[in-house]
Amino acid sequence: MLERLAVMLMKEFLELKRDRWAMFRLIVPLIVQMLVFGYAATFTVHHVATSVLDLDRSQASRSLISHFVATSRFDIVDYAQKQSEITHDIDTGRATIAIVIHAGFSRMLDKGAALQVIVDGTNSNTALIALGYLSQIVSGFSLEQSGASGIGISLQARPWFNEGLDDRWFFIPGVIGTLTLLQVVSLTAFAIVREREVGTLEQIMVSPIRPFEFILGKTVPFFLIGLGDILLVSAFGILWFHVSFMGNPWVMLAGASLFLLAALGIGLLLSTFSRTQQQAFSLNFFFVNPLFILSGFAFPIAAMPEFLRWFTYINPLRYFLIVLRAVFLKGVGFTVLWPELSALALLAFVALSLSVLRFRKSLD
Amino acid sequence: MSGESKAIVAQGLSKRFQSFLAVDNLDLEIAKGEVVGFIGPNGAGKSTTLRMLCGLLRPSSGKAHVAGYDVEKDPEAVREHIGYMSQKFSLYNDLTVRENLRFFGGIYRVPKKEFAGRMNFAVSMAGLEGREDMLVHTLAGGWKQRLALGCAILHRPPILFLDEPTSGVEPEARRRFWDLIHDLASDGVTILVSTHYMDEAEYCNRIALINRGRLVAMGSPGELRLRDLGGKLVEIACSPLGAAVNALAGSVIEAAIFGDRLHAVLDPNGPDGEEIRKLLEEKGMNVGAIRMVSPSLEDVFVRLVSGGKEERVLS
Ligand SMILES: Nc1ncnc2c1ncn2[C@@H]1O[C@H](COP(=O)(O)OP(=O)(O)O)[C@@H](O)[C@H]1O
Ligand SMILES: [Mg+2]
Repeated sequence: MLERLAVMLMKEFLELKRDRWAMFRLIVPLIVQMLVFGYAATFTVHHVATSVLDLDRSQASRSLISHFVATSRFDIVDYAQKQSEITHDIDTGRATIAIVIHAGFSRMLDKGAALQVIVDGTNSNTALIALGYLSQIVSGFSLEQSGASGIGISLQARPWFNEGLDDRWFFIPGVIGTLTLLQVVSLTAFAIVREREVGTLEQIMVSPIRPFEFILGKTVPFFLIGLGDILLVSAFGILWFHVSFMGNPWVMLAGASLFLLAALGIGLLLSTFSRTQQQAFSLNFFFVNPLFILSGFAFPIAAMPEFLRWFTYINPLRYFLIVLRAVFLKGVGFTVLWPELSALALLAFVALSLSVLRFRKSLD
Repeated sequence: MSGESKAIVAQGLSKRFQSFLAVDNLDLEIAKGEVVGFIGPNGAGKSTTLRMLCGLLRPSSGKAHVAGYDVEKDPEAVREHIGYMSQKFSLYNDLTVRENLRFFGGIYRVPKKEFAGRMNFAVSMAGLEGREDMLVHTLAGGWKQRLALGCAILHRPPILFLDEPTSGVEPEARRRFWDLIHDLASDGVTILVSTHYMDEAEYCNRIALINRGRLVAMGSPGELRLRDLGGKLVEIACSPLGAAVNALAGSVIEAAIFGDRLHAVLDPNGPDGEEIRKLLEEKGMNVGAIRMVSPSLEDVFVRLVSGGKEERVLS
């Protein structure tokens, strides 16, 4: 068995070595995507184009406006003179949000004044986030106006593990898992299908090699490549984006290994269902996107409908993201993460066993 | 039933792809040490049959034993005893000659002690001395085919299946390849080799003619050539050939174009050579020499295929 495995591995690494673009293809997309995700994937919104119509023209209204000017969240792009200008700003997209201070605002302040806000809801995400900032600013302002006499609860939020509530800290560990999954699943799925298409698989199937010897020979190189991916992307996140790494590298390695085995199993399984690279491509597309969406990478699992939540339980990325975030940001170890690690081990075992069972040494 | 002296036995072997019957009720018996040519046009079912015998495809019905093992029940035992060269070249193009040999040697677990010797044998057999470190994709067709044969025999299989090993290879390299096949056969290896080159039939101990999935005839080239075509065979120099074939339909048993001539099997109760000439000239064709020829295998094959009769195994 070792002999066959050894020649399989030798062959795989020779092919990889001869493939001049392999290193480029393996590394560059990872780094580029890491950069894109690192910079673009954020929920923080700055410089929301804002249009203001002050019909009150009082001390209080000017003071409220100055609160908006003072923050980088909002950029006042237009001081409008009448309602129609506001409508125009929103319609043309010049402003995302418009604030209208009606006449009598300052008089009504102690009885409860109303502030009209119009927001361009086409991007509901930005709108919601901007409204959140806006209400913070407004409640700060009203607390100020009511002075010490006013009754008010001020919230003292203190986020743990990510004190600055930096989105990047949330995203980067997720990016590591997601990019590795994409790369490992597609590499594995394509590798076997390519041998099938070229015809070398037929020559191998007619030999007495055992399915698991072949599968193992195909998986080990991709396992090592996957580990390299994780190492590279993690180092990049830590050194370039300054994400803290609080945890134990061994916990990370254990999680990464189990996750990679599960990802390899999925790739192998996909390859047993494809005859051509074209089919492998479609299958890959069909399966990998849901894995990504149903992982909790960007969309909270808690917000998903019940039946979709069930799918997340068979998604290795779900567990690996928990492990990654916990290891990076919380620094917790095996005692806390054992359920996730066990789930990954189980998924890896099932996916790999299924692929060995499904890999028939037959052309039909 | 597997028969101790028989290397390959197939009984009623069939393969159905969806509704299409690619191999139809094929019977085959090949003795140890025989070189058997599997001859038929493209799509006849040669590759499908070879793949079933190698355990790569499951027969839809029928049975086959190779080296005494049932291909369906015990494909792994079959695999230990066979070498196979698929129709499509299937070595690793981005590995060198030596790396390919080492790979297949390892997959077949050639003992370490013997490996160097067998590799040298394969290299010299393929005429690849001095090219051991060349990448396979840089080799010309003939060398590739011989290397593929070398990889297929590294583990010294007693039975070899070669699927159109000489297609697309220049004539000189084809001849060389057949020399190799005969060298192996003289060492006692049983070889079933498919081809669509009729002239290669002469190199085989026996040939199996296959058409549309059916075995049309089987026997030695000599035996097959002696087969009764139903009448005398004449070669007619005339033009245009296509019109002449149509003109003769109904007057002769069989008419077919052979290169720049026409071959016709005369009906003993129909027109003879001179009457044929008149018949063609009346239709405005130029007719040159008409002479009796002895049938080639191709004549026999054309006759068997178009005759549509259910010819069964000869001998
Ligand atoms: N996997 C398959 N699925 C469907 N039809 C097939 C398959 N393999 C071969 N065939 C068909 O079976 C027939 C015989 O093919 P093949 O055995 O390759 O012929 P040959 O090798 O004599 O050229 C052809 O018509 C071919 O199209
Ligand atoms: Mg073929």
